[in-house]
Amino acid sequence: MNGLIEKLKADLIKQLNLEDLEPGDIEPAVPLFGEGLGLDSIDALEIIVLLEKEYDIKIEDPREGKEIMYSIQTLADFIESRRA
Amino acid sequence: MKIIREIAVGGGEVLINGAVDFTSDSKEHHQFLKRIYRHYGIDYPKFFKMSPLSKLGFLASELLLAGIDLSETAPGRVSVVVANSSSSLHTDQIYQGTIDSKPSPAIFVYTLPNILVGEICIRHGFKGEGIFFVQREFEKDFIFGYVESLLKAGQSEISLAGWVELDINGVYLADLYLLKL
Repeated sequence: MNGLIEKLKADLIKQLNLEDLEPGDIEPAVPLFGEGLGLDSIDALEIIVLLEKEYDIKIEDPREGKEIMYSIQTLADFIESRRA
Repeated sequence: MKIIREIAVGGGEVLINGAVDFTSDSKEHHQFLKRIYRHYGIDYPKFFKMSPLSKLGFLASELLLAGIDLSETAPGRVSVVVANSSSSLHTDQIYQGTIDSKPSPAIFVYTLPNILVGEICIRHGFKGEGIFFVQREFEKDFIFGYVESLLKAGQSEISLAGWVELDINGVYLADLYLLKL
């Protein structure tokens, strides 16, 4: 799981152009949107594309997106659950 | 109409009112624009998400407005009037390159040149007229005439206006003016 979390951090920094951040700056449990990392709706679309491109995983139910993309940790949990 | 300040960014140089203020060995736009951002201590993380054209216009506008007090000017009375020749073609090509795999939403949103006007307005809360012209070359008289008509009609009190160009070969030039009557 730790390896997946570190990969997700690196993927997000690259995909979302978060050039001011290092992987170590992102706490896995911190919210990605709003007062956390401050991501926006376009970033959410990019994360959906990232999941499909890098992890071959689709979010089938858009209503689940908010919970799945809440943090790095919830993203990692979702990926792990889909791989199981 | 008077020019309060002029900013030019091009060929690895930043000029403020015609005087060189910053130069870099790296003239290539990607590196140079990041160096400008860091050199002037600009703190706006969204900068890194912008298209190169928007980055160029954004940086020029930051330098244009540095130290300018607009607190007495209503947001609806600040206008942004910009032109270029290549529109958003530089970004359009990058986006086209993603279409065969997974198109990037973050690149797609910059496939219009007037997005850079929006970025400047979002940054400063401007709500006045915003317009982007596509011209073969910088028709300064036309742009200045347009701005003057806005100012004289009382629709605008102050205007950011000029040229922000990035062509498909990565050649770039921003020449922005802060104008008022």
